[in-house]
Amino acid sequence: MAKEIRIKRGLDIPLDGKAEGEARRLRPDLVGICPDDYPGYVWKCDVKPGDKVSAGTPLFHAKEAESIKLASPVGGTVEEVRRGERRKILAVTVRRGEDTAPEAVIADTIAEKMKQSGLWSLMRQRPYDIVPAENATPRDIFVTAFDSAPLAGNVVPQHLMQYLETGLEVLKSLTPGNVYLAQRPDQGLQSKNAEILNVEGPHPAGNVGVQIAAVAPVNKGETVWALDAATAARIGKLAKEDHADYLTEVAVTGPSAEKPCVILTEMGCDLKQMLEGELPAGEHTRVIAGNVLTGVKESAENSFLRFPYRQLTLIPEGDNADEFMGWASLNPKKFSVKRTFPAFLRGLGKKYNFDARIKGGHRAMILSGELDKVFPFDIYPEYLIKAMIAGDYDRMEKLGIYEVAPEDFALPEFVDTSKEELQKLTRENLEKLRKDS
Amino acid sequence: MSKLKEKIDSIKPKFEKGGKYHAFHSVFDGFYTFLYTPNETSKSGVHIHDSNDSKRTMITVVLALLPCCLFGMWNVGYQHHLATGESIGFINQFLYGLWAVLPQILTAYIVGLGIEFIVAQMRGHEIQEGFLVSGILIPMICPVSTPCWMLAVAVAFAVIFAKEVFGGTGYNFLNVALVTRAFLFFAYPQKMSGDSVFVSLGTAAPVDGYSGATPLGQLATAAGDQVQLTGVNGMPVDFMDVFWGLIPGSWGETSTFCILIGAVILLATGMASWKIMLSALAGGLGMAWLGHAFASPLYPVTMVAPIEQLCLGGFMFAIVFMATDPVTSCRTETGKWIYGFLVGAVAMTIRFYNTGYPEGAMLAVLLMNCFAPLIDWCVVNSNIRRRMNRVAA
Repeated sequence: MAKEIRIKRGLDIPLDGKAEGEARRLRPDLVGICPDDYPGYVWKCDVKPGDKVSAGTPLFHAKEAESIKLASPVGGTVEEVRRGERRKILAVTVRRGEDTAPEAVIADTIAEKMKQSGLWSLMRQRPYDIVPAENATPRDIFVTAFDSAPLAGNVVPQHLMQYLETGLEVLKSLTPGNVYLAQRPDQGLQSKNAEILNVEGPHPAGNVGVQIAAVAPVNKGETVWALDAATAARIGKLAKEDHADYLTEVAVTGPSAEKPCVILTEMGCDLKQMLEGELPAGEHTRVIAGNVLTGVKESAENSFLRFPYRQLTLIPEGDNADEFMGWASLNPKKFSVKRTFPAFLRGLGKKYNFDARIKGGHRAMILSGELDKVFPFDIYPEYLIKAMIAGDYDRMEKLGIYEVAPEDFALPEFVDTSKEELQKLTRENLEKLRKDS
Repeated sequence: MSKLKEKIDSIKPKFEKGGKYHAFHSVFDGFYTFLYTPNETSKSGVHIHDSNDSKRTMITVVLALLPCCLFGMWNVGYQHHLATGESIGFINQFLYGLWAVLPQILTAYIVGLGIEFIVAQMRGHEIQEGFLVSGILIPMICPVSTPCWMLAVAVAFAVIFAKEVFGGTGYNFLNVALVTRAFLFFAYPQKMSGDSVFVSLGTAAPVDGYSGATPLGQLATAAGDQVQLTGVNGMPVDFMDVFWGLIPGSWGETSTFCILIGAVILLATGMASWKIMLSALAGGLGMAWLGHAFASPLYPVTMVAPIEQLCLGGFMFAIVFMATDPVTSCRTETGKWIYGFLVGAVAMTIRFYNTGYPEGAMLAVLLMNCFAPLIDWCVVNSNIRRRMNRVAA
């Protein structure tokens, strides 16, 4: 029996530059894995420059849980262990060599295989939004088969679809509770091992936190796992064929993308290669590895596709804009969810070209109720934010911090008139809570 | 890049840290961001932002106040014409009013913004825009004859003690404009109510039968159970005169029609809560109906029909522009219903049964400002209790 979930409070940001069409295969010459994409652990590097690796060879292990690894998505030679301030590891890069057979993953249980192959690290645990703990048993597992973020593309690459059911079966064996598979009603997925959630409504309908909240919110002391359907299918393939698949479908999108397109490539692909012919000449363009709400700003040179490895977005930086008295503007191309700008007269279907300016100064919280309109939880976001600003852990727990992840505060951050950095605030406080517990 | 921007950018370093005029950097930033939208781009979190900011928010509210403001200016001239019999024409009536209230508006802005600039500089903050709205609201809710020095003292008191000591715009728990009004009301009562403050006579002599009492003033002192409202020239006024606002009063708040235009702007742009407006209207109407149903000559104001009651005094102005101030009203949606209803009901109760105050809207909003955090606390706590019960189960 499928469960229907209808999200009302949300927003589909009308950003221009959607990618259409068939995926084109791109073989990366260079890939990079960034440990910062895997919160919850300190990652220790297992390789040094010059080492030969296969697809599936571990590059990192978690200091706190040695069996959890991050693996190389391609076979080749380790090129560089890139370090930043205080020798913090930013990325390990691998130059692709001759096509070699992927490394066979040998372990007693499927959970061990997942940890060994790095697929475990592609899952997230709630609360705290971190890589799941080594021996945890989740209350439920949520698998999401669609992405509702601006300009997001397809979640599961075509060639992996056949393994999805096996993956769900494996996941079912890892929890005493339920496995849920969330989809848009028109996707029409069926499963014997998972309960289907048909989710309708605007973004953040695809955020797993919203789906969990609609089924059974996470309480203190409980853990729930979340992963996308592509990872579930990869787990299915691992169970059947004993080696992991690191291919992913990436939508190259955004108002600044010359030719929005879909690329099938390995995780961590070199951005320079992906962006060939995409960047407009002579303009400041912001390259975002991910979507405009939760992605990471990257340089066009020397950087890599980042977790969850599904999207690139290019927008104008806007730092050289020259906007006279913007607060008085009657320009119908300035988007606002409020009707203080005449943009609402243009109608709903129109697309907008956003740049990266925050478009105002940082202020104290003034307007009330504006965040609630894009925050579909039974939580008072303003009060939770105030508790976070005050660092009052007890009150954060009471107000429901365990039910949210930083990504759930992305839309509130977008609409916020006071221009506060809400995702950063949420991440910092979740980290502090986790370290204290 | 425009010439002006190049010029401003070239003097910018002088206002930065270590520069010659660093002491004025807040003022410089204030003017700079007024002229040009800042080019600051997002550093963490979302990469794109909604175009609405604090400046746009405040300017929208000022825009909503404009119809009341312009009408009020004309009405000052019109009341002057009625009171003195001088026939001066529409344009001159407006100019007369403009001239009468301009010093008040300037005083409020200069004193209020001056304090804002100084505090921003002391704290190293950007200048906050909250006072753009307060600065125009304050003169509008005062009698036209309020001396500027009184206004200056009251504005200074309100901005410092009702806002800046709590941290500035967004942190105050009382509406700054109403604190100004309350300060004036209690510090200089003879200048804030009565028959002689609401009409600007200038140097001219009043006509025969002149009375400067506002309709609520007339009602408060009426005897017997038949009340006929009269205008300043002694002629009777009917409901439509009251609705259009052709009566004396605090100069910006007499016209229910213009207030409704403002309400439409605020609601259409989403800058004010319709829940507060609607529930305040319901509370006021309910109480007005109740009072009228048990009308007594002891409390002559109760003689007026409920709908007319709403259009008198500052009630409509208060529920549209004051009660909806997002900083000082309830912030939870459930809380807004309760808060609004009580604002309306308390305002009418004070108007009816406290004959010492002809109008209760100001005190009702200030009182409910004090209770808003408590109402919110109860609403948020019921959410917490629900969550705790779920954990316990």
